[in-house]
Amino acid sequence: MVIEFHLDSRSGVAPYQQLIQQVRHALRLGLLREGDQLPTVKDAVGQLAINPNTVLKAYRELEYAGLVTAKPGVGTFVTRTLSDASLAAHGPLRQDLRRWLAKARRAGMDDESIEALFMNTFRAAAGEDVA
Amino acid sequence: MTAALEAQNLGKRYGRRWALSDCTLSAPAGRVVGLVGPNGAGKTTLLQIAVGLLRPTSGTVEILGRPPAGNAGQLARVGFVAQDTPVYGGLSVADHLRFGAWLNPGWDHEMAERRIGELGLDPRQRAGRLSGGQRAQLALTLAIAKRPDVLILDEPVASLDPLARREFLQHLMEAVAEHEMSVLLSSHLVADLERVCDYLIVLAAARVQLTGEVEELLASHHRLTGPRCDPASGPAGQHVIEASHTDRQSTLIVRGEDPIHDPAWTVGQLSLEDVVLAYMSRAGRAGNTSRPALEVLR
Repeated sequence: MVIEFHLDSRSGVAPYQQLIQQVRHALRLGLLREGDQLPTVKDAVGQLAINPNTVLKAYRELEYAGLVTAKPGVGTFVTRTLSDASLAAHGPLRQDLRRWLAKARRAGMDDESIEALFMNTFRAAAGEDVA
Repeated sequence: MTAALEAQNLGKRYGRRWALSDCTLSAPAGRVVGLVGPNGAGKTTLLQIAVGLLRPTSGTVEILGRPPAGNAGQLARVGFVAQDTPVYGGLSVADHLRFGAWLNPGWDHEMAERRIGELGLDPRQRAGRLSGGQRAQLALTLAIAKRPDVLILDEPVASLDPLARREFLQHLMEAVAEHEMSVLLSSHLVADLERVCDYLIVLAAARVQLTGEVEELLASHHRLTGPRCDPASGPAGQHVIEASHTDRQSTLIVRGEDPIHDPAWTVGQLSLEDVVLAYMSRAGRAGNTSRPALEVLR
């Protein structure tokens, strides 16, 4: 098995959405590549103790999004990856972010203020892009 | 599609007390249906009527379109794990499998043996010496190896520790993924059912309080907080399930399909447990109003 699912019961996000997010996340980080098989429905429900329909629904939506394809009786396979040329840039960007975080800490910021500042700037920048 | 369980005005009276009253519901087939309610709500009574162990005082019930336990064919279609997952303490694990094979025409011997192997149970072990979790798994194996169309379980995990509880639900869900069957299981804890069920029936004070798709229930219920409103009138298009008021603030739990646009209300999400508890406490309040009358009778 290439990836293993987990569920956060306090996140407020519906379980099938969490599964979709985890697949998309793994695709984006290059953990899942074209041709990889997702956990079978039986494996996923056996591991998480959840309703099989939850897994089926997540896989259907991923299929609809063109990311995976279901081969009846065999399993569900990745058909497209979400990681792109930018994957190579992850390393240096992560390092920049680390430096920035260290700077924020030296300025006396705690986790909550760092997160707030980041999200605030992120949204403001996204807003400018739209406008 | 034929319902897994369909009840019409079902009632059961013990002496002067109605354990189940005016129960009308339809649980879809091919789903995992959760029956939730406080202890004494009538869950066991409903399930025992559904499998034919009890006769209703009034009304009718059908499993997959047929009356329960009407003939051998119908008996073979329904699997039942009674409360506390009973097994025969004096019989070995292997004896249980032989017993199951002998009594059930559609017995899946290969699957029963495989499951016992996967669980790591010693076939020669007496069932009375198994742990609670192992006993529950043995009872589940017997019920699944029968290859029923509908599997009914009465509080299967109530007496299990958290690990055994999880393992039991994992095996149950694996079986559902592998074989097409409808499942109806009861619990007094929403947390046990939240992830495994896609359809919910809330039973409280001997009556059905709520039924529906779990996703639909979550999408249509909200918590609203805002400045104190008239207790008699809630937001338009919303059905108030529960309301509490302070001098300045009102907090409502409402059901409605329409989005809430009134800016006076802050709209919050509810967990399945919040929704269920709102209906249970409403049923409790309805019960309370009749309490003085009972005291007069005494």
